[in-house]
Amino acid sequence: MTTPYQQGPRPGYQQGPHSGPPQPHGHAPGDGSFGYTSPIPARPTHLGDAVASEWTKIRSVRSTMWTLGVMVALILGIGLLTAAAVAATSDDVGNENVLILGFFGVLLATMCVITLGVLVISSEYGTGLIRSTLTACPSRGRVLAAKSLVFSLVVFVVSTVTTLVTGALQVAVLDGRSPTGEEWFRSTVGVSLYLAVLGLLSLAVGGLIRHSAGAITVMIGLVLLPLVMAMFMLSESLTWLREAMFTYSIPAQLSVFYGSDVSLDSVGSGPRGWEPLWIMLVVTAVAMVGAYFSLDRRDV
Amino acid sequence: MIEAIGLTKRYGAKTAVHNLSFQVRPGHVTGFLGPNGSGKSTTMRMILGLDRPTSGHVSVGGHPFRALPNAPRQVGALLDAKAVHGGRSARNHLLSLAQLSGIPATRVDEVLGVVGLQDVARKRSKGFSLGMGQRLGIAAALLGDPRVLLFDEPVNGLDPEGILWVRNLMKQLANEGRTVFVSSHLMSEMAVTADHLIVIGRGQLLADMSVKDFISANSADFARARTPDGDPGQREKLAAVLTEAGGQVLTEPGGALRITELTLPRISDLAYDAGVRLWELSPHQASLEEAYMRMTQSAVDYRSTADELAGFEPPHAGYGAGSQGYVTPVVPEVPQQGWYAPPPPGQNPYAAAAPRAAQGAPGAPAQAPAPPPAHAPAPATAPAPATGPTKSDTDEDAR
Repeated sequence: MTTPYQQGPRPGYQQGPHSGPPQPHGHAPGDGSFGYTSPIPARPTHLGDAVASEWTKIRSVRSTMWTLGVMVALILGIGLLTAAAVAATSDDVGNENVLILGFFGVLLATMCVITLGVLVISSEYGTGLIRSTLTACPSRGRVLAAKSLVFSLVVFVVSTVTTLVTGALQVAVLDGRSPTGEEWFRSTVGVSLYLAVLGLLSLAVGGLIRHSAGAITVMIGLVLLPLVMAMFMLSESLTWLREAMFTYSIPAQLSVFYGSDVSLDSVGSGPRGWEPLWIMLVVTAVAMVGAYFSLDRRDV
Repeated sequence: MIEAIGLTKRYGAKTAVHNLSFQVRPGHVTGFLGPNGSGKSTTMRMILGLDRPTSGHVSVGGHPFRALPNAPRQVGALLDAKAVHGGRSARNHLLSLAQLSGIPATRVDEVLGVVGLQDVARKRSKGFSLGMGQRLGIAAALLGDPRVLLFDEPVNGLDPEGILWVRNLMKQLANEGRTVFVSSHLMSEMAVTADHLIVIGRGQLLADMSVKDFISANSADFARARTPDGDPGQREKLAAVLTEAGGQVLTEPGGALRITELTLPRISDLAYDAGVRLWELSPHQASLEEAYMRMTQSAVDYRSTADELAGFEPPHAGYGAGSQGYVTPVVPEVPQQGWYAPPPPGQNPYAAAAPRAAQGAPGAPAQAPAPPPAHAPAPATAPAPATGPTKSDTDEDAR
């Protein structure tokens, strides 16, 4: 390196002898040890510590309470309103599965799940907290795993309880046949699993995009856009695409858990049974791998 | 111990840090100085494994940060005071970091006490002032009671009491044998806090030395001489004599002369021989701030001058070498605003009065080619007394 600072000083200050190149100080090469030992006992950390940390984080911000509160209100409120409306207009629901009336509430609740999922990770980027987090835990995989675990469990538990209560109230309001065990299971646990995985997809997208508004927009677009676009595909040659967009759109897949057949296209093909969950799991796994590499490779 | 070897970081075409090698040793407060945008924060982030170096590597205690066993117990860092979720209370913020690091929760209340935030610990951090945010950031850095501490601009936004507290805290931490690495753009702050300095400019290492060495290597000692007021003839006579004897003379705004490269007794003798009465003759030392300004500014000059050789030009092409006869020297005025201060962006106070046209004078072109060695005695080239000192500044303007 040349000696930049001897060039062009102010007039009259060209000091002769000193202006050699900056000398790196003659350090004795590493004595290897640090000079200080903390009295606090050190122990190796593990995933459990990260999970505890994420639990503290998720419970200590209001946005969690708000989004989950709105989610519960939507599922419960819309489920009961629909049931009440049906009860008021028709005396007999016949042989229908009344649990399907919970679908609209759950569909709207996906927005809350998406928002919370994105915020769990992107709010750390927004505030710069991610740097503190990754300084305290350099293992990116552990941070991502802890976030996913805590968030998906919270969503799953809240959603299961809410759908269960909603379903029970719907059955009580409408005196139809009582749903079978499998119907109960699919419309509570199945739906909640689907919501939790959808939330994980949001979390992964949040980790990839690192921007709250951007990631939420992408996720809402993913939920709504296929249906909206399919509506305008009137051309005959695009029929197959339109049908694919209908049957594989997230609302249609969600309805499968209620035994609906809107997901089936004209020839009766489309996701059925538990297939929507597997499809969502595969998509989420891919996004999650992307999020991991993004977290691991990209500068924070 | 932090050790960086050939650290380089490029963002596209922009090089933020270039080939930076340094060591930060335990038991000292090491100041990391540089103007804004010189790469300090980037370097800190690379130390913490948050940014990947384009080339080179940096290790903490012999390991790259991300491979460090029990990293949060070894290294604590304050990077950004406001790196807190505004909706979370100070205590919960620290608690989540403590849990992540496997640190007992009692330590959280301990560090809250250390930084003096115990009264607002349960308030949402959104309402914190910048100073409180800094304290919270320092608390987070201290949480793991680490051996290596990094602080990026820790005194930003602190009140005088807080600044004093940070200063003493740094020293105390270093005295306990820890490695303390503090970045700042305030030389005056580092002068009283740090034992050792690492100075960078435009991402390049400018100096790596103790504060004491830094001062003696960079500060320019000068003498101030004052002749009786109301008699400019005396002053000019003295200036001429001193210049003749090899001194560098500048006029201060108050009318006194600044003399370098002559000792005080010699100045006194010369004045006596010339029959000039002195009202003042005093030794002065430029402050650390001045030394730092000069160092970093010339780094800027170095990088931005299109003609690199222009920098070698004697800045003070002065007195009468061209015409052998004695010419009454025109003593260059000391610029009014700040001795070494870099010109504010977009305007150059020195060059304003001497536009390019002035350089078109016959004498001027002779200056540019054939630069003499850097240490050649100043009165060597062309007689262009008035415009001489501003020449390098106009070059700078041309960037």
